[in-house]
Amino acid sequence: MNEQAIKDLLYKLADDQLILGHRNSEWTGFGPILEEDIAFSSMAQDKIGHSLAFYTLLQELGEAEPDTVAFTRNANQFHNSQLVELPNGEYDFSLIRHFLYDNAEIIRFEMLSQSSYEPIAKVATKLKGEVKYHVLHANTWIKNLGSSTEEAILRLQSSLNEAMPYALGMFEKSKFEQELIDAGVYAGEEAVKAEWLKRITAVIEKTDLKLPDLATIEPKFGGRYGEHTEHLQPLLDEMAEVFKIDPTAEW
Amino acid sequence: MSLTKENILTLLEEVKDPEIPVLSLVDLGVITGVEISEDDHVTVNMTPTFAGCPAMDYMKKDVERTLEKHGISNYKVNMTFDKPWDSNKLTEKGRKQLKEFGLAPPPKYDLILDLDILEHVKCPYCDSDNTDMRTPFGPTLCRSMHYCNNCKQMFEQFKPL
Repeated sequence: MNEQAIKDLLYKLADDQLILGHRNSEWTGFGPILEEDIAFSSMAQDKIGHSLAFYTLLQELGEAEPDTVAFTRNANQFHNSQLVELPNGEYDFSLIRHFLYDNAEIIRFEMLSQSSYEPIAKVATKLKGEVKYHVLHANTWIKNLGSSTEEAILRLQSSLNEAMPYALGMFEKSKFEQELIDAGVYAGEEAVKAEWLKRITAVIEKTDLKLPDLATIEPKFGGRYGEHTEHLQPLLDEMAEVFKIDPTAEW
Repeated sequence: MSLTKENILTLLEEVKDPEIPVLSLVDLGVITGVEISEDDHVTVNMTPTFAGCPAMDYMKKDVERTLEKHGISNYKVNMTFDKPWDSNKLTEKGRKQLKEFGLAPPPKYDLILDLDILEHVKCPYCDSDNTDMRTPFGPTLCRSMHYCNNCKQMFEQFKPL
């Protein structure tokens, strides 16, 4: 197996988790109700734990140790999709992003748990059980709020329209795409996207929300190749602020 | 003392979950293997309950401290995903201890998580099934929060995973 291809996949997985984990953590203390404050904080902790599991696999392949990788790279060295770096906005936007992201992530983990690359398969088997709770949380809220008051529906619809180009950007293919598919590492981004569309449609159909016409949307690509919005670098600066005071400190 | 897998496991009974101090790591199901080589080198394999659990590193150090305390200096403790944890790995003894501690133990299940499993958890205080899940997240990653309509109390469950 081409090690570069595996590393590229691992960076993509790990960076998505780390950046969304950080965004989720920004809800700590600000959730609209206590349960949601706790939910986003818990998901933050899970996701940062998931990124650690993938950064550890990268370390086993010769990359720097996880803290160094997480805290010392610049925005153009990150492989996350632009969706996860966008600011939290209001709760409706965070919820829609969480719904769109986690429904894709669980499919990736389900596929990777069958991967021909055993180290990823083991980690994915473990993590898919944890992400189920994230998906359950997102789907429950979308169903409840998406068919509640006029304001809730309008807000969610507007956030859904805004987030969709970025959500489609999650499925940007890597330059090793065909190689990964041929080697049985996973079925590739097109396959993830097709299944994702089925699952999010099934939830949205139970609400008063409408899925935007995907044919008319230009996906926001670039994230997987280090092209990011203006929002990523300030996030990284804040995330690494304490680490950078003394990079050699033992925690 | 001659080293056997059994007596290492007995020593590890002393190591408790730092957040649930009645529950040993053995009963929690996170000790996934103990190997002793011919020259008495001890290998203990552990696996995290939740990948992001901040207590795992502490538990690993606690295992190392316990081995040292019993005069074992030739050892290695590994944290691996080789045999990933799920909540069915909690022992019967562990489930009983959780309940006594006031945490509803996770149901044994077929590892297909659905809402039904989460909705009607038996209250650890009064054993009623008339309960509702308030949120699948709680004060730690491994707990969800529920309300008992019978004894009118909030309670927590150790989540099925």
